[in-house]
This record gives sequence, C-alpha cells and structure tokens, in this order.
Amino acid sequence: MANENNRSGLLTGALLAPATAWFLIMLIMPLIVVAIFSFGERSPVGGYVASFTFDQYANLPSRFAAFRNTLTFAPFGTLASLLIAYPLAYFLAVKVSARWKLLLLVLVIVPFWTSLLIRTYAWIFILGGKGIPAMLAFIGIDDVRLINTPFAVMVGIIYGYLPLMVFPIYVSLDKLDKRLLEASSDLGGTPFRSFLQITLPLSMPGMATGCMLVFILLMGEFLIPAFLGGGKIFFVGNALVDLFLQSRNWPFGSAVAIMLVIVMLITVTLYMRLTVGKSTGRDESLM
Amino acid sequence: MAKLLQQFAGMENGVTMNTSAAQGSPDIQFDQASKRYGDVLAVDNMSLSIERGEFFSFLGPSGCGKTTSLRMIAGFEQPSEGDVSIGGVSMLGVPPHQRPVNMVFQHYALFPHMSVAENIGYGLRQRAPRPAASDIDRQVDEALEMVQMTGYGPRRAWELSGGQQQRVALARALINRPTVLLLDEPLAALDRKLRRDMQIELQTLQRDVGITFVLVTHDQEEALSMSDRICIMRDGQVVQSGSPRELYDQPASVYVADFVGKSNFISGKVNTVNGDAITVVNQHGHPFAGVPSGGAAALTVGSDVSVAVRPEVIVLGAHNSSAADMDTDVAVNGRIKNRIFLGEHTEYLVDADGLGDVLVLSPKHVESTRGTFEPGGTVAIGWKNDTALVLEDK
Repeated sequence: MANENNRSGLLTGALLAPATAWFLIMLIMPLIVVAIFSFGERSPVGGYVASFTFDQYANLPSRFAAFRNTLTFAPFGTLASLLIAYPLAYFLAVKVSARWKLLLLVLVIVPFWTSLLIRTYAWIFILGGKGIPAMLAFIGIDDVRLINTPFAVMVGIIYGYLPLMVFPIYVSLDKLDKRLLEASSDLGGTPFRSFLQITLPLSMPGMATGCMLVFILLMGEFLIPAFLGGGKIFFVGNALVDLFLQSRNWPFGSAVAIMLVIVMLITVTLYMRLTVGKSTGRDESLM
Repeated sequence: MAKLLQQFAGMENGVTMNTSAAQGSPDIQFDQASKRYGDVLAVDNMSLSIERGEFFSFLGPSGCGKTTSLRMIAGFEQPSEGDVSIGGVSMLGVPPHQRPVNMVFQHYALFPHMSVAENIGYGLRQRAPRPAASDIDRQVDEALEMVQMTGYGPRRAWELSGGQQQRVALARALINRPTVLLLDEPLAALDRKLRRDMQIELQTLQRDVGITFVLVTHDQEEALSMSDRICIMRDGQVVQSGSPRELYDQPASVYVADFVGKSNFISGKVNTVNGDAITVVNQHGHPFAGVPSGGAAALTVGSDVSVAVRPEVIVLGAHNSSAADMDTDVAVNGRIKNRIFLGEHTEYLVDADGLGDVLVLSPKHVESTRGTFEPGGTVAIGWKNDTALVLEDK
C-alpha cells in the first residue's frame, strides 16, 4: 500500500516536473533578475551596473502618464469589449441555428490567422487620412482626424481583443440549460426579466473569464498604442520598450516592470474578490 | 398541515376544496389541435377536454406526442392548427408567462444560482405589482411547510437529494396558485421506493389543493395509480381516454390492452357474432369465445381480431383437467416454462398447446390451498369466456 502511494507520488512528480521547470526557469528566474536589476544603476553606455539603490523607484513618477494611460485604457477597453462581445456571443449561442453556428464561430477566429501586427497596421490605413476620414469628406464631413487619437487606440483594442471576450461568454451561454428559461417564463418572467435574472447571472463566469483574459493582456499592451496612438498615447508597455531598447536604461526599465507587476497583482486580486464573491453557482469558477 | 393546505388551496383564487362539486366545467380543452415540426406530425388533430380538479395523465411511449401536448398547454409550443383553451379562454398566441398554469419540469429545472427560498419565491417576484418582501417570505415558508421542507430555504438546490429537489419544484410551481399544475415526467429521476412515496404524496396534494393536475408519463403503473383519467397516446393521436379502471377492463384496442397492464393475446378471425357473444377462430382452427370490449368498435365476421385474456383471470389446474373441473369455459393443456414468486402473486409462464406462451398470475391464497406448480411440469389452464375480450387488431 505504502509502496503504491510512493509510486503514484513519483508519477505525479514526474508529470509535474516539466511544468515546474518551465515555471521556475521561464517565469520566476527572469522575475528575480528584473527585481535585482531594478535596484541597480545604469552604466554610462547603457545596460546595468550592480548596486543597491532606490533611485529607480524614486524616479517612477516621471512615467506617471504611462501608468495612468494603461490603468485607464485597460479597464475601459475591457468594459467596451465586454459590452460589444456579449450581444455577439448571445447571438451566436442562442439565436443562430446550428447550421450557421460553426461558420460564424470560424469567422470570429479567422483574424487570429494573421498576426496582430499586420492587422493593426491595416487599421492605420483605415483610420488614416485616406481611409474613413476621406470617405467622410466625400459626403461633406471635413477635417475628421481619427488616427493618433485615444479613439483610434480604443478601436484597435476592441478589434484585437474582441474574440478573446466572445469565446468564454459564448461557452457559458451555450451550455446554459434552456429549460431554466422555460421555467422562468412559466413562472411569469417576461423575456427581458428572464434574461436579467437567469441568463445574465449564469453567464457571469464566462464574462469574468473573458474580462480577466483581456484585462491582463491589455495591461502589457504596447503594439496598439504605438501604431494607432502615434506616440501620443503611451502605455507602460511602450515605456518598457523605450527604456530597454531605445535608451538602454535597464535598471529604470526593471523598476517600471516591477511596478507594473505590483499594480497588476493588486487590480487582479481586487477583481477576483469582487467576481468570486458574486458568482454562486456550483460549477461557476473563474478560468 | 391539512389546515395549511386548505388555506393554501382555498385562498385568493377561489378554488374550492370540494373537487367533485367543481367538476363538470372543462379546465383545458384541445380543439382539433395539431403540432407539426417540419414533416413530422407530433400531435395529430387532438380533441380532448380535461375537467377542473381532475388528476389527468397523458400516457404513451416516447415520441407519442404526450410531452408536446403538455407543452402546448404551458405555452412553450403553439399549435400549428386548432386551438388549446384554458378555462374557456383560447390560448392562441398567449406566451407562457401570461398563462394561469405552472409546470414541474423533468429534472426540475431549479435555478442553480439561487437558494431554495429564492427558487420558490421566483414566481411571486415576477408579479406586477411585486408583493412585499415580508409577504413573499411568509408565502415561501408556507410553501416549504406544505412540501415538508421547513428550514431548507437557505440551501442551494444542488445540495438537495432528488426527492427534495422534486418537492422544491412542486412548491415553486404551487406557490403561484395556478389553475392547472403541469407535471412532465416528474418522478422519472427518482428511485423506485421514493417514486412510490412521491406518487402517494402527489395524489394527496392534488386532492388537498383541489386544482387540476396534468401529468405526462411513460410509466403505466404511475399513470394507473395516480390518475382520475388517463389519455393513452400513440403517434400523436389519442388512442383511448378514460378512467384507469375503464382502460384496464374495457380497452379499445390491442395497443391499450398491451400498454395498460399485461395481457395474453390470441389472434384470429371473427367467426360468429351473436350480440355480446363472439367466437374467434385462431390460426390452428381452434375456436375461442369472448365478449366485445366496451370501448371497441363493432366487430364484423371475418375481421382480424385478438382475444385478450388478462393473466389474473386464468386458472391453473392439474394436467388434463376439463373446463368443468376448473370451473372455466376453456381448458388447454400446457407445460410450465418459468415461475416467478412476486409475494402477493406467483407469475407462471405456460407453454400452452396451440397458444404459445401464456402468462398466468396466481394469487397467494390460491397457491397456498392447491399448492404450487413446478417449472417443467405439465398443467392445464382455463378461463371463463366472459373474461376474454375481443379486440380489433390495430
């Protein structure tokens, strides 16, 4: 018996070893390196000189705008994606016949077959002078500037992250037991009230998962603001690219990165508290 | 508890306790109602009325249209042709949430994100104007007491056993004081013992609250034991409706005789018809006599029929016994193939000469006086002609 336990223990260990190694080498070690760097100093030629100073952290307020932008665009971008994705997911899961469902689902995935870089690049032309503004000018609405505005960044965010929001919500709506809606209707619930009282709460896990995915990825986003914000709308991600690759200020970049991790831990923890406290169903779990 | 039930049933909606007095006015009426799904005719031109205060069952195998019929009453399906009315009012185009009926769903369909109390109070919260919270709480407590679940209010639905979920589903429906309660295979998910208990409870509840219950089931025993009236369906059509006793004693067809209880059938052609005395000749040329079944159409000489003989009317006797010995009109020799002891009864399967397998149900008191027959042994079977029903083959 003890032998058997031992063997199953060994097997568990063996199966978990690759994941553990990956976790340690690819995630924990770089994080430690970055943490160490953040207390160092920049050498005159760039890079890192060992030291122990809080100067880099003291300098963080100089990047306040980047943090402010990230912490504005990430939650609002998540919210906007949610508001647009929900009706779409609802339509796909509830209204569309089985025959069309697969085709439409594939259409939602199709953009993923091309790199986000190329697709975002395409948006530069759509929103740029010869795109939508030119069309608007044609019908008499002149001087509309879309590219390099917060609006353009928001459009890019919603475009890029919508599928990540649609799928979890679609899954939770698709597995929703239709008889619960019949029961609600039978008990006197109008279609709208049935949606509010049954469909919406039971699709909470899907919404929570989608929001989590989009929010976390948005916190690290740099491509969309760089392309569509024209250097005017700066995220923390852009600050990091700039600090590590352009000005080669590794210690300050590391401090910014550590700060971002801390901000993320706080916001995600708060978010988890909020949503887990509210979700009550048996099989409702986050992610 | 009885007092509470009276209060529950009698208040507000004016349903009387005396169900027999309320009977006579149809509560639900199917008027040439059909339901088509593409090429499939799920319910075919059904005309039927269900009386107020009646415990009515739709009985039939899966796909016979019984659930579709129930869903047309609930409003989840609209008839393709014809009409369904409740309390004399046509329900064409009336959505489920505006109908005065409530349903107990198969597998209950309790809301997983709500407590037991929230589930039960759901219907009250949908009303406009919405009752006061204290009023809802009080009614929920009463409903919990009615189904013997006092104190379970704060629990979650999935924490309950199947039988308890069943009670919650009942309370959730009845708290709205519907004029009709619809039950879609409500006992199918329960184990045998619990099912038996719930059958008795449902019957008692129906008598106490005095409202019309419409049950859908594929279990003939369930339908027979609970219903005042049963409608037997097949391929979207009503085959026969009547009291359990009528269906058992006077089946209109072989299908009904076979579906309601067990029966032995001897197929043949009508030889003579003389009032209520009919003779039938089977494939081996042996004549059998019987009486026409009350619900069946008139028979003509030469038509294909079956003589149905219930297992419990067949008498067993020693091999080569004459009809006179057994006090019967028919005597056939046979060999016992199998014997099953069922407590109150013993069931024999007899391979009778020229008839094939015949099922015989022998009561305990007969068994103890004449002794049991052993499998493999020879025996004689017999029955009286007036217990044999002649039915059209359909």
